[in-house]
Amino acid sequence: MTGLEYQAPASVDDAVGLLARFQGDARVLAGGTDLLVQLRSGRLKPGLVVDVKHIPEMREIKDAGDHFWVGGAVSCAELGEHEVIGAAWPGVVEASELIGSTQIQGRATPTGNLCNASPAADSVPAMIAAGARCVIAGPDGRRELPVEQVQKGPGKNALAKGELVVGFKIPKPAAHSGDAYLRLIPRTEMDIAVVGVGVALTVDAGGTVTAARVALGAVAPTALLVGDAAKAIIGSKLDDAALEKLDAAARAACKPIDDKRGTVAYRTKIAGVLARRAAKIAYDRARGR
Amino acid sequence: MSEGNGQAKNGGGLHWVGTRSIRPDGVDKVTGRANFGADFFMPGMLTGRVLRSPHPHARIRSIDASKALALPGVKAVVTCDDMPDIPAEEAFVGEGPMNFRDLSRNCLARGKALYDGHAVAAVAATTAAIAEQALGLIEVDYEVLPHVIDVEAAMRPDAPVLHDDVFTQGVDPAPTRPSNVAKRVQTGHGDLDAGFAAADVVVERHFTTKPVHQGYIEPHACVASVSEDGQTTIWGSSQGHFMIRAYVAKLLAMDISEIRVIPAEIGGGFGGKTLVYLEPVAVLLSRKSGRPVKMVMSREEVFRATGPTSGTAIRVKIGAKKDGTITAAEAECKYQAGGFPGSQVHAAAMTGFACYSLANVRIIGWDVCVNRPRCAAYRAPGAPMAAFAIESTVDEVAEKIGIDPIDLRLKNAAKSNSQSSYGPQFREIGYIETLKAAKEHPHYKAPLGPNQGRGIASGFWFNIGGESSAAINVNEDGTAVVATGSPDIGGSRASMALMAAEVLGIDQARIRPIVADTASIGYTFLTGGSRVTFATGMAVVESAKQVVQQLRERAAKIWDIDVDAVEWKDGEARPAGSNAGRFEPLSLKDLAAMAGKTGGPIIGRSALNAQGAGPGFGTHICDVEIDRETGKVTIVRYTAVQDVGKAIHPSYVEGQIQGGVAQGIGWALNEEYIYGDDGRLQNPGFLDYRMPVASDLPMIDAVMVEVPNPAHPYGARGVGEVPIVPPMAAVANAIYRAGGVRMPDLPMSPPRLLAALDGD
Amino acid sequence: MAKTHVTTTINGEPTEFLCEPQQTLLDVLRDELQLTGTKEGCGSGDCGACSVMVDGRLVCSCLVLGPEVEGRSIDTIEGMAHGEQLHPLQRHFLEDAALQCGVCTPGFLVAAKALLDRNPDPTETEVRFWLAGNLCRCTGYDKIIRAVMNAAAEMRGA
Repeated sequence: MTGLEYQAPASVDDAVGLLARFQGDARVLAGGTDLLVQLRSGRLKPGLVVDVKHIPEMREIKDAGDHFWVGGAVSCAELGEHEVIGAAWPGVVEASELIGSTQIQGRATPTGNLCNASPAADSVPAMIAAGARCVIAGPDGRRELPVEQVQKGPGKNALAKGELVVGFKIPKPAAHSGDAYLRLIPRTEMDIAVVGVGVALTVDAGGTVTAARVALGAVAPTALLVGDAAKAIIGSKLDDAALEKLDAAARAACKPIDDKRGTVAYRTKIAGVLARRAAKIAYDRARGR
Repeated sequence: MSEGNGQAKNGGGLHWVGTRSIRPDGVDKVTGRANFGADFFMPGMLTGRVLRSPHPHARIRSIDASKALALPGVKAVVTCDDMPDIPAEEAFVGEGPMNFRDLSRNCLARGKALYDGHAVAAVAATTAAIAEQALGLIEVDYEVLPHVIDVEAAMRPDAPVLHDDVFTQGVDPAPTRPSNVAKRVQTGHGDLDAGFAAADVVVERHFTTKPVHQGYIEPHACVASVSEDGQTTIWGSSQGHFMIRAYVAKLLAMDISEIRVIPAEIGGGFGGKTLVYLEPVAVLLSRKSGRPVKMVMSREEVFRATGPTSGTAIRVKIGAKKDGTITAAEAECKYQAGGFPGSQVHAAAMTGFACYSLANVRIIGWDVCVNRPRCAAYRAPGAPMAAFAIESTVDEVAEKIGIDPIDLRLKNAAKSNSQSSYGPQFREIGYIETLKAAKEHPHYKAPLGPNQGRGIASGFWFNIGGESSAAINVNEDGTAVVATGSPDIGGSRASMALMAAEVLGIDQARIRPIVADTASIGYTFLTGGSRVTFATGMAVVESAKQVVQQLRERAAKIWDIDVDAVEWKDGEARPAGSNAGRFEPLSLKDLAAMAGKTGGPIIGRSALNAQGAGPGFGTHICDVEIDRETGKVTIVRYTAVQDVGKAIHPSYVEGQIQGGVAQGIGWALNEEYIYGDDGRLQNPGFLDYRMPVASDLPMIDAVMVEVPNPAHPYGARGVGEVPIVPPMAAVANAIYRAGGVRMPDLPMSPPRLLAALDGD
Repeated sequence: MAKTHVTTTINGEPTEFLCEPQQTLLDVLRDELQLTGTKEGCGSGDCGACSVMVDGRLVCSCLVLGPEVEGRSIDTIEGMAHGEQLHPLQRHFLEDAALQCGVCTPGFLVAAKALLDRNPDPTETEVRFWLAGNLCRCTGYDKIIRAVMNAAAEMRGA
């Protein structure tokens, strides 16, 4: 066994320095719930792990004026316990809290969920629907990316050598907005999503949808932001006709695979069903019901 | 803590049997102190690891371990060359048919690897990391062969053949070419053609089931230590330490006297720990390295290389008259054996129609080799798949006739003294009692909500007796130790203490039941077949009776009267009637204190081969709710009625029923082995092998019906296996009532159900 | 390979250990410290048998690296009883027959205690979902759920 080095830097700059300088595979350790499984199975054999949980900026959740800041080492359980974000973006919080068990929640982070780049990651469609952006630090400084641009394919992300996600900027929701995330799993807990759908929308005083974002998980190589699905409901009061159009648009966007967790036909059908159901929940939340 | 518990008065003049005592091994298990298979450490211990075939079917041309052996810290490498090449020999040491040669080759492949995960070589090293690294340095030259995974594909004439010496048994004329079909079995009686001709309704359906794993939470684990003179000690968890001893002796050509097996606590087995996988290998590694070797499987290894139970393809045909009388019933069951012959298809053929008293019945079974792990016993081995198919068909027959499914079963139910579908005459059985209790249960009449449906199904299991040894040592202070040779897999020590307390007349808390090692108690067949409370319980009761006899003799000696004039009542020796004389009673404690002066230590021991295990029947009621848009099934309510004979410890009987139901629900809805086209297992972990989690299930109402088994002193029947037999059909029948679709293929997972609902 | 020196607190006791960086907390507890009450059922965070508390947070110890617990406080099943006094959860698991083989029991107890520490009056549904990461193959969960509910009621003085 080749040696594994463990480092726990206290700043983002130090973390970036370690990741950038290391010759060989270096990995960020936030919650570790994916990384340790991959280490144990031998799928990954990094020479260095950089534990980011000692970096204050990455441990922080705060109201930053025009947005919320969720640090990259904030666990799903911690996010779920944050009442302000839970009230503003219940769908984002629910999605994060669906990742694994209570035990996994205590460690796993939305950042890791994103960077692991599984198309089935639960928090990602909800974050995309919410319009969240990632702050990425690297040897050349910092940059921002919308969440939907971070995943590049199964197990592949947009981070370059030496880069890491410092945290999320989640916008403050507009008045009369609501979001929701639903997934289909065979059991009630502990499964990877067969399909996941995140919906965020805003309504006017009369109940007409004025803005919407719809994102799908587990139906393509990456989570998808589906513009046509949003268009299907914008301008509607989420009547049956609009929901039918939403269902059809969601299905049309699917490019799934057959695997041990679901078939192409099943995933496609369920994407439409869950889009309708999630939109209804988001709509009720936007209308304050 | 156990003081004062279980003091409640009990029916039938029983004081302890039937109470809910605190289990004697409980405190150690809630504090983390209990030692399971992987919890044992020895000085100088090495870690053993197994190299497994990545191919489902491959010839092993050569194995070169020189690079692994050169790695610092590696102390031994073993392959099949280190094991004797033993001849074929059929045996029944574990729970089911086994050929010693096959078992040897399952522990370390010889010539061919027969499934993804088949053990090929093993390493012992000073650390786990070094052992892992060494596995990567062993060079195996494989010639990959075509493989076959599906049972019906394996039966085709052009299928890749796993063994060139397997010729189908049980067919006439005997085949001249080898094939994957190892055996044909048949049970039944009567005239099927006449029976079907007399039927008003005939239903014929095809079913399939997937292999499922026993899913015990504790992976296989053991430590072996071989000393210079060959004396071998094995610590580990299994369903039978005498079984481990027998298999290791046979596979390694050792004398049984050279081997001592010390049982650890066992973290679940359900039939899956009735074979050896690691123990012979650990002994070889210890012998070669001169040091103790510990081997613990990973979860992935457990899935790839142990268990599971057979996947099956089953055809059922049932004919009935309009009044509900079944005139003919037939089934054909094709069971996957895995890489070596030996599926439980014979049990399927015997149990399939056992709930019914039938004039014309036949089941044909086929035992078929495929490139999967060699199947192992799993809770009522072989029965649940056939029951799923048959009970689903029975439900359809009831529907076609327009009769209540419980009434149909009552009409045809097997009864005491009726001839069983597999031949012998039943003695006292309680199937009808379970049907009546189910029908009268409030659950059966409770209203259902939208998209909900209610299903009924029944199940049968033989239960077995077998060889059991027990000893009771009365301590100087009047407490006692009850030693048996039966690993306690679900609370049996509590039952042993209760039965001993009942005979001795002392508080069960003063009795310490233990599981003794192979050198300390007589031979005892493994924990399986729902036999322990029945059979080992009989040995304990017999031992306790011997203790009582000795106590009476000691009292007679003290009082200087005839032993027949001493009676044992409520834990005391008393003069039997006024003619015997007037003496103050002597308690067990008094007599124990005086044992040295009255003839020495007081012990009772019994070794017997228990006969007369009472067959068990159960009838289950299941309510489901289906999501018509996603195909997801929620179990809303579940009631399991079972004839338990006599519940020695009702809490643990209920626990057996509830646990069996939960496993059956998992089998019904989501559990399955998923293989890719490459013949490799795709879901060797708890993430994608979906056993039920706590939020998947409702409370499970276990209703115990007690029709005593006359062969047992307190009427006990085996209870552990019956409850896994009915659930798959109960769920399927409930889904039909909720959604109008019959589900002939397991698991009834959301994609499958949605496709059926949508008519895809 | 150089081992990492880690200083931590386990069940209230200051504890030091040496570990290789890739060793998990579970490996350390079991193999280095012989605290074998914490069980390994899967090694991938899917069964909960290795549940422990790290700084008051319920985690799977198989998904924590040994070096990560530097300076942290760990609670395992071995620390749950106070001397001979069992925790009410432990007592109710015995009284309500909530274990059969018992190998999942330490994980369930640690997880259930974490629940009751934050929610003394959970509903059955809340208990079931909180414990969904703890697999039990023996009991069908029925008696486990009842034991947790009964212990909660007793602890509330209900």
